[in-house]
Amino acid sequence: MANAAKEALKRASDSDIDGKKPALYLAEYETPGACMHAAEKLRDAGYTAFDTHTPFPVHGMDRAMGLPDSKLGWIVFVCGLTGTTAAFVMIWWMNAVDYPIIIGGKPPLSIPSMIPIMFELTVLLSAFGAVFGMFGLNKLPRHHHPLFESENFKKFSDDRFFVSVEAHDPKFRLDKTKELLLGTHPASVELVHDEEVAT
Amino acid sequence: MGSANLPIKEIGEGPLVRPGETFHTVTEQVSRVTETAAPKGWWVLFLVALSWTGIFGVAVSWLLWQGVGAWGNNSPVYWGWDITNFVWWIGIGHAGTLISAVLFLFRQKWRTSINRFSEAMTIFAVICALIFPGIHVGRIWIAYFMLPLPNQMSIWPNFKSPLIWDVFAVSTYFTVSLLFWFVGLVPDFATLRDRAKNFSARQKVYGALALGWHGSNRHWQNYERAYLILAALSTPLVLSVHSVVSFDFATSLVPGWHTTIFPPYFVAGAVFSGFAMVMTLILVARVAYGVRSIVTMKHLELMNKIMLVTGSLVGYAYGMEFFIAWYSGSKYELFVFINRATGPYAWAYWTMIACNVISPQLFWSKKLRTSIPLMFVISIVINVGMWFERFVIIATSLHRDFLPSSWGYFRPTVVDICTYAGTLGVFFTFFLLFIRWVPMIAIAEIKGVLPEADPHAGHDHDTHHEGAAEPALAPGE
Repeated sequence: MANAAKEALKRASDSDIDGKKPALYLAEYETPGACMHAAEKLRDAGYTAFDTHTPFPVHGMDRAMGLPDSKLGWIVFVCGLTGTTAAFVMIWWMNAVDYPIIIGGKPPLSIPSMIPIMFELTVLLSAFGAVFGMFGLNKLPRHHHPLFESENFKKFSDDRFFVSVEAHDPKFRLDKTKELLLGTHPASVELVHDEEVAT
Repeated sequence: MGSANLPIKEIGEGPLVRPGETFHTVTEQVSRVTETAAPKGWWVLFLVALSWTGIFGVAVSWLLWQGVGAWGNNSPVYWGWDITNFVWWIGIGHAGTLISAVLFLFRQKWRTSINRFSEAMTIFAVICALIFPGIHVGRIWIAYFMLPLPNQMSIWPNFKSPLIWDVFAVSTYFTVSLLFWFVGLVPDFATLRDRAKNFSARQKVYGALALGWHGSNRHWQNYERAYLILAALSTPLVLSVHSVVSFDFATSLVPGWHTTIFPPYFVAGAVFSGFAMVMTLILVARVAYGVRSIVTMKHLELMNKIMLVTGSLVGYAYGMEFFIAWYSGSKYELFVFINRATGPYAWAYWTMIACNVISPQLFWSKKLRTSIPLMFVISIVINVGMWFERFVIIATSLHRDFLPSSWGYFRPTVVDICTYAGTLGVFFTFFLLFIRWVPMIAIAEIKGVLPEADPHAGHDHDTHHEGAAEPALAPGE
């Protein structure tokens, strides 16, 4: 492990010289447990702009990273209520106000017959809220990210587990962060640069 | 501490994939299908399906040119194969949602091997279903009148009609299923993107579809919440869709239709036929693509058990309909049911009983339940039977009107047959394209149920836990 990691790090440090801006440190692990352990270390060291990248959701990682709960539920709740209200107002206005239709002696505003569509629109808007809200919270789609500059990172979607520490983290120091990451026994550590050259 | 501390066994416990699979072998097995050239068999099936799609195109064009008189619908059988096919296709779709949503909520992890597959089936089945209400309205070019859109006539849909509920239910169902499917696909598209050569077309297409997914835990957190919410939304949705479809019948006054058992009975039948279709498809794909270690006999057996349960529920509903027809004291109602079993459509009725009630009972035997040739045959038999169920409900209730002078008999025309066969072509064309280009097994989800996915699976990590992280609970602790 250690030799490979040191070599990778050496490569990374060498490329510092060509004037590119370091964007993040990327540490690679072979098991979800090791990755989670590294996340705990970073959390305890006070880092905030770090992340883990795994091929599937690793349970317990939220706590290991010290993340607050997802806000998505609130978005969906508001969207769902909008759907219910929109359906009610639409049916009431269309069938009781703008174009009253009396069918089978039912009153223009017949609430029981409105329930199926109120339900369907609640579900529809909640689903939109869940999907687009999720992508919105995740700031996706985003096709460029410094992570994609690393060829090694491609293994995240196969069988490797990564920890990234962003350079804009207030705690980020080229040497200190590297040391901390090396202490978590990674398979490799790499300093990734953004594609733009720093001016 | 004795046997009292043994972990509680749940259904589907034990290795969910065959031992020996690792994260990498799962990626390999599933991605390989989309990366290598299609086998010859795929091309044969695809060309067959495509030619049936052509038949569909011709049949529908002819229908639009001639009008719905090209079908065998008559007075008094105003609904014929069009609605039969619609209800049948919608029903097939239900297993997909059931597997992806209901089993997810019940934490049935065995679903991960088959959920992608069945969700795709749902989407294509619902597309086929939506075609029928679309083309049966006669003047298809004003089908948009069904939607609450402003139009030059200043009219609005009648929201007291179950037919408009149907429009909303089915289109919501389609949209939510599509979103659910796509959300599940995003991490797997990222896998395909990362395996593609740099700057290749594959990388660009899958890269665009993956939306820049990079497996971030901050993303997984929202992703998992979204998945949970979608599952929680889809569960009542799937029940509501077939219930609403049954309202099309139940809110009428036609004997044989006007019954409160319809919503649950339709839902049970839908799940029944849906699982049968998943079974048919997965058995073929399992052999063709060698994913036997991911879709194991355990999965097939559990699906057969669900078919046994829902088949028995459907059988109960048939019996209960008969009982209520007698118990209600309504002679029209009783007549319809006696006529179903003994009248001109008795052949259809008894086909239905044989296929739906009797054939799944074979699954009580473990030996038969785990026999692949038998389950393949039964899954097809069930789909035939469920088609006949819808046909029996529609045709037998309508062909004997209240007045004997207006009795009739429904015979399909060539256009009817070609349209139905054509939708099968449409379905299989979509399905074969799906198998070819989209990971047909949820890669990320399968990895999540492998034993080594547990962060505490390693030997030495447990002792290093600090802070708020909880220590792993060893078995028997």
